[in-house]
Amino acid sequence: MTQTQARTWTDIRPARKAVIPEGLWLRCPGCQKMIYRRHLEANLNVCPECQHHYRISASERVKQLADPGSFVEMFAGLMPTDPLKFRDLKSYKDRLLAEQLKTGRSDAVQAGRCFIKGREAVVCCLDLTFMMGSMGSVVGEAITRSVEHATAQRLPVVVVSCSGGARMQESGLSLMQMAKTSAALGRHDDAGLLFVSVLTDPTTGGVTASFAMLGDVILAEPGALIGFAGPRVIQQTIRQELPAGFQRSEFLLKSGFVDKVVPRGQLRSEIARIIDYTAV
Amino acid sequence: MSTFYQLDFEKPVIELERRLTEAQAQLKAVIGGEPPAGAAPTDRPLPPEADRLSVEIKDLSTQREQTLARVYADLSPWHTVRVARHPQRPQTRDYIAMICRDFCELHGDRRHADDPAIVAGLARFGHTKVMLIGHQKGRETSEKLACHFGCAHPEGYRKALLKMKLAEKMGLPVVTLVDTPGAYPGLGAEQRGQAEAIAVNMLEMSRLKTPIVSVVIGEGGSGGALGIAVADRVGMMQYAWYTVISPEGCAAILWKEANEQTNAAAAKSLRLTAADNLELGIVDAAIPEPLGGAHRDPRKAADNLAAWVQAQIAELKSIPIDRVVQARYDRFRRLGSYIEADTVAR
Repeated sequence: MTQTQARTWTDIRPARKAVIPEGLWLRCPGCQKMIYRRHLEANLNVCPECQHHYRISASERVKQLADPGSFVEMFAGLMPTDPLKFRDLKSYKDRLLAEQLKTGRSDAVQAGRCFIKGREAVVCCLDLTFMMGSMGSVVGEAITRSVEHATAQRLPVVVVSCSGGARMQESGLSLMQMAKTSAALGRHDDAGLLFVSVLTDPTTGGVTASFAMLGDVILAEPGALIGFAGPRVIQQTIRQELPAGFQRSEFLLKSGFVDKVVPRGQLRSEIARIIDYTAV
Repeated sequence: MSTFYQLDFEKPVIELERRLTEAQAQLKAVIGGEPPAGAAPTDRPLPPEADRLSVEIKDLSTQREQTLARVYADLSPWHTVRVARHPQRPQTRDYIAMICRDFCELHGDRRHADDPAIVAGLARFGHTKVMLIGHQKGRETSEKLACHFGCAHPEGYRKALLKMKLAEKMGLPVVTLVDTPGAYPGLGAEQRGQAEAIAVNMLEMSRLKTPIVSVVIGEGGSGGALGIAVADRVGMMQYAWYTVISPEGCAAILWKEANEQTNAAAAKSLRLTAADNLELGIVDAAIPEPLGGAHRDPRKAADNLAAWVQAQIAELKSIPIDRVVQARYDRFRRLGSYIEADTVAR
């Protein structure tokens, strides 16, 4: 009893479990400090201590970007199939079902029309919680349709990317989504319309190598991993340590592939500000 | 017919080929010179030993053909990948030498460097003039290293695009030959925007105002392949592979380890063969290879490839270019598999 009284909050260090997702408190992977969950949520899931940007779901992202009540979801009826009867250690069919039950979503994308600080736009957000946000036929189709819709309606497109890349379980068909989405953006570009690509942690593989890197303006959240090949693959290829900060947003800004690194709290205003500059 | 690189499933064939070469050498020694072509009559009577050897040779040749046909008739997907990587398999430069006249190579991306992993140049192809672009893996060790085994850097993709734009301006059709395990994953490649280079290529190719014909001649590894393969017509050599990731990469991720078994399982699941891709609508034709693969008879493989490409160009040239570009968009637009449930209004 006397012992417990002597302890202070700073003395208490949980021995195990770095993250306690369901709890009231969680340990920030950025600064190792304990953070009160409600403070984190109030701060758009950015650590109030060290500005570490937590990964968030597509619906959370939409909530953060769209003016309240303005988001009208489109193409929500698109459902994935298992065209190749793909089977690794688990069948793709079972994997899909498990992911759908876990997330309550049919696939890894949420698309729709909304207003961002009063500026109308078509918005697509990839969902990292669903199979690492990987791009299969549904993601490719939803993005292509969104871009085509924007072209027809003469609206800007905003795509928020976070993805492990193309979805292996749909094999060649996933690969073709890269060409399909890029072609649609080509027409949007021909029509003289604006595409703002937002890169968040992590954006890699076939998603980076298609629509994510085709933005007229490319914004990135701080510290996000952005690249074509994953760091592990590169390390295996070149057999040497990767420099610190390699493939992070700030690195891409320096090498000229990102226009601006924007903290989550300013993303909404920044997108609205850029859209505002288009002379329509 | 090299014997230094043996595919394990080709062993019975290699054994027959070894015996065939031996018998031919013996015959040569017995008659003291080149054996007569066919059963042509000769001035002097052949020794009985020669007769026996001739029969043996004929016998062995038939056996070899039959065994080869049997082995290649049920080639597994993983074996197909191994054939596609055969070191004797014809590469872009070999095809250029065999089917193009007056190849005028053009170098450099005007931004950073000249990537030898991408070969580009003006070429005469039968009756047509084209811009020919392809991945080069390299034959000798030094060339292989310079080409990074066919893994192109961003400057390679930018070079390809620059030459395609030139083709558009000059009114030349573009022919691309795809043969890469994937785009190069390295420090410099990332720093110079590998992803951006591939993405821009796909976008620009989708609206390039000149016909584009692509053929996957060996390996069609992911974005590195697609980066020069957004075409009006995409063909695939019979024993090539084309998909989103290498079987080893897929096995390492989904099976947690890459070994003979998991690689074979991944190759099967990925549906990466020419026949599979044809069925999925990803390619428009599977171009037949000579018995036992292109490495056994590169000349024949080249003839088949040239005939198919020429037919496509001839057809595409007869269509107004706006319709060609629209059809190219539609070709990729319809790829994908999904079902559409009635959207519930929220």
